[in-house]
Amino acid sequence: MKPTFDISIILIYIALITIGWLSIYSASSVEDYGYVFNLSTEYGTQLLWIAMAVFLITILLAVDVRFYEGFAYPVYIVSLISLAGLYVFGKEVSGATSWYGIGSASIQPSEFAKFATALAVSKFLSNMDVSLFNTKDLLIVGGIIALPAILIVPQPDPGSALVYVAFFFALHRMGLSPWYLLLGLVAIALFLGTLLIGPLYVSMITVVIMIIVFLLSRKRRHKKRLAKPRISLYTIVACVGIAYAFSTSYVFDNVFQDRHRNRINIVLGKVEDNQGIGYNSNQSKIAIGSGGLLGKGFFEGTQTHGGFVPEQSTDYIFTAIGEEFGFVGAGTVVILFMLLIYRLVIMAERQRSKFALIYGYCVAGIFFIHFFVNIGMVLGLLPTVGIPLPFMSYGGSGLWGFTILLFIFIKLDGHRLSLED
Amino acid sequence: MKKLLLLSIATITGLTFLGRLFYLQIIDDSSKLKSELNALKVVYDYPERGFVYDRNGELMVANQVAYDVMIIPREVKAFDTLALLEMLHVDKKYLNKKFEEAINWSPRRPSVLVPQLTQPEFAPLQERLRKYPGFYIQRRTLRKYMVNHSAHALGYIREVSPETILDDPHYQLGDLAGKSGVELQYEEELRGRKGVKRFLRDRFGRALESYEDGRYDTIPKAGSDITLTLDNVLQEYGQQLMTNKRGGIVAIEPKTGEILSLVSAPFYDPSILMGRDRSKNITRLIRDTISTPTYNRGLQAIYPPGSPFKVLNALIALQEGVVSTTEGFRCNHGYSYGNRKMGCHAHASPLAMEAGIAQSCNAYFAQVYRRIVESKKTPTQGLNNWNKHVTSFGLGNFLGNDLPVGQKGRVPDGDYYNKIYPNGGWYATTTISNAIGQGEVSTTPIQLANMTAAIANQGYFYTPHILKKIDGKPLTDPAYTTKRYTTIDKKHFPVVIEGMNQVYKAGTASRLQVPGIEICGKTGTAENFTKINGRTVQLTDHSVFIAFAPKDNPKIAIAVFVENGHYGATYAGKIASLMIEKHLKGEITRTDLETWILAQSLEEEYKKPLSGEPFRINRGKLVNF
Repeated sequence: MKPTFDISIILIYIALITIGWLSIYSASSVEDYGYVFNLSTEYGTQLLWIAMAVFLITILLAVDVRFYEGFAYPVYIVSLISLAGLYVFGKEVSGATSWYGIGSASIQPSEFAKFATALAVSKFLSNMDVSLFNTKDLLIVGGIIALPAILIVPQPDPGSALVYVAFFFALHRMGLSPWYLLLGLVAIALFLGTLLIGPLYVSMITVVIMIIVFLLSRKRRHKKRLAKPRISLYTIVACVGIAYAFSTSYVFDNVFQDRHRNRINIVLGKVEDNQGIGYNSNQSKIAIGSGGLLGKGFFEGTQTHGGFVPEQSTDYIFTAIGEEFGFVGAGTVVILFMLLIYRLVIMAERQRSKFALIYGYCVAGIFFIHFFVNIGMVLGLLPTVGIPLPFMSYGGSGLWGFTILLFIFIKLDGHRLSLED
Repeated sequence: MKKLLLLSIATITGLTFLGRLFYLQIIDDSSKLKSELNALKVVYDYPERGFVYDRNGELMVANQVAYDVMIIPREVKAFDTLALLEMLHVDKKYLNKKFEEAINWSPRRPSVLVPQLTQPEFAPLQERLRKYPGFYIQRRTLRKYMVNHSAHALGYIREVSPETILDDPHYQLGDLAGKSGVELQYEEELRGRKGVKRFLRDRFGRALESYEDGRYDTIPKAGSDITLTLDNVLQEYGQQLMTNKRGGIVAIEPKTGEILSLVSAPFYDPSILMGRDRSKNITRLIRDTISTPTYNRGLQAIYPPGSPFKVLNALIALQEGVVSTTEGFRCNHGYSYGNRKMGCHAHASPLAMEAGIAQSCNAYFAQVYRRIVESKKTPTQGLNNWNKHVTSFGLGNFLGNDLPVGQKGRVPDGDYYNKIYPNGGWYATTTISNAIGQGEVSTTPIQLANMTAAIANQGYFYTPHILKKIDGKPLTDPAYTTKRYTTIDKKHFPVVIEGMNQVYKAGTASRLQVPGIEICGKTGTAENFTKINGRTVQLTDHSVFIAFAPKDNPKIAIAVFVENGHYGATYAGKIASLMIEKHLKGEITRTDLETWILAQSLEEEYKKPLSGEPFRINRGKLVNF
């Protein structure tokens, strides 16, 4: 059967790539120091990588669709080896050993580990015998997800490791209890609460909430089919919450390093620091804020061309869009990402094969986490975490990694009618 | 529900981002201004640094104009390197190094490429540099020294270090700031505030016009002129007297605590730290670890005070009531305790307090000191009580004077000896050297001068200070205008002062009398040691002298240390007497003293321990090592 590739998602892809390249073009035209720095430009290299991505897409779409499911584990293993190999052959770039040097180019294996892990997770979960209600299976899938993250963290690249949270969405779709999400959210809330108002107040609030919940739950005592609320259960939960709050405050003060503390404190507004570590955050807010409704115009951004925003062509590329194209431009990018995620979820839901469905959710989750963390950071809503904005940030590994991730799914989707479990 | 989770979270996230964008870009317009100010071309207008005057209003430090060649790395376009190198008189290595530094600091902000060109060097550059984008000339004011003395007290200014820039946003790379002395202490007053002019620039970085008609510009605020308490005449004369010697002179006006003179030798001309050779000169001074010319001996050198310290023990004994002024003590060419003996020179015996001071009798003060310590139940209590009195004269701790360097010196207390002798077993006699200002006691010249001022004032002093006025307004800081009382009652001073007067009339400084001036003084000859090849070796004694005058209405209190000058009267006493005469009379009648001291050099003495040969100290004893 002739495959039918989803046109709308390809259009979103092209739109994001185009806007991204234009912004890199603008942002990287800064580094013109005359005779001293006459390296080849970033926008030129990125164009080369985009061209090679097109070539990659043709291969991805031409390969037999059964290849991806069949070779999911080998791909995953190779990816793990490439991550582990960094500790031996890796090249250090600005403090992190996340790269292999090949001639003048570098490859970042963590960008490719994402789709490999997505393939392995989908392969494992699509197995008929596997159930997320089985503790052993849950531990195995947790291991598949955690392994690459564990290899990435000490590079150090905690940002890239954070992405693996994205697989929660796929697991949730396959029936993982939402209580895990709730537990995670409560943990985050307690963490932030402790840092903002101190463990003592958080403990008091926890106790008050538990008492209220307990009192409310007593009202339904007449409903015989529900278990009687047990006071010991509430006490234990409250104690765990309090212990967590105090250990958070201990870990934050004694285990975290200064730079981590500072990043979090800046977002919480506890310290103001516009020159040191807060410089990035402050300058990116200035760049975006000064864009106004329509922006200063392409190539007219003073922040962008003044070179005020560090790492602008990579992690902070969104600032160039915000400054030069204003609210309209930046809003468009936000909406494009929302559409990308919606479209991916819709496509995932129409799959007949379990493998493709799970893979679709993995892809959607990964793009969502990148979107959430990167733009959240640039807008000063989240702590500074270095992860790229898919399709837009400068960098060949990232571009190819995301392209492979997306187009494997487009390929699977194109053959959805012929793929069945 | 399972299908909706990601969709709903993505929706909430997206809407939050849109809301945040709306707030940042449309509602809150503070970033717009910030981004414009960011991208403007900023030109600084340097205010003139404040002048420095001496106590009589004579100018000590003024300013001169100099020109820095500046560079903004990202605006530099390809240029004819050779022509530029020739124009700036620098070599290619220097240019590359500076360029690297400038880029590392900031590609957008100006850095200094060639500092401190003089007017004749600058004139031919002015027109020709226009052809080089990214380069320009910044006018700056440098220090001009009207005096060739007081380098230690005045300090110097230097380009700020990157650490300072991070600490204080006032500075940027290439700015000058006080690095030592008064220039450092009063940096904020002297520097004023830089003016800032902002210009719009196009995307090629060219400055176009004043931004918003100068609404955000600030005008420079000139630095304040300051008047010091130093006396130019004394400073110059003191430096002359200390030529070819090492040591320090500190003179204080007892009635105010104003530092009249602060001389440290060896010294250097402050002007050599300005202009193109300044780096070379600074390095030369700092690398000289043998004579340490940058070390301010008046404030930082710790010496055993020697005999002048006896005066303090006399006062403490009177305050504690352990001796009367008329009680005589025997001196058998020294004082024996246990099976040890502290030697003394030949003089009449027994002596009472006045004569004891005048003759500087070691035996007298050894016995007095024992009584002070032994008047309490335990040696620890005795010594703590003694320590309380001594430290009330400002010894053993920082004085709190307004100069950025200093030393605590040391006045031991009971705990100090308890640590040395953890099992007890120490007595007043163990610490007997403290009686005569040797042993564990050490002081800086300014502490001794201050102690002398406290004696001259009969029981109080003002914290010594070097600042008299800022912009003509007298100093009002209570730290310097409040009397600090010693623990000795006023009634005990006259007899001690009389004894110090006898030092000049009939005692160890009788040959130093200045006609017409009643001086009270005390000689000191301080034993000192150094280490050669790991062994402790004694050197020729330090010559120490303290004095104040006139006796009845003290106008100057002075302490002089001359390293390895032997007897107190030989060097330090002469210098102190001459300084006092210069200050009170304005001219010198004891020209014999002056001629002698100017002709003397101690350089030979200083070379001895470095020679590697055995040498003689104190004009006699041969030391071997």
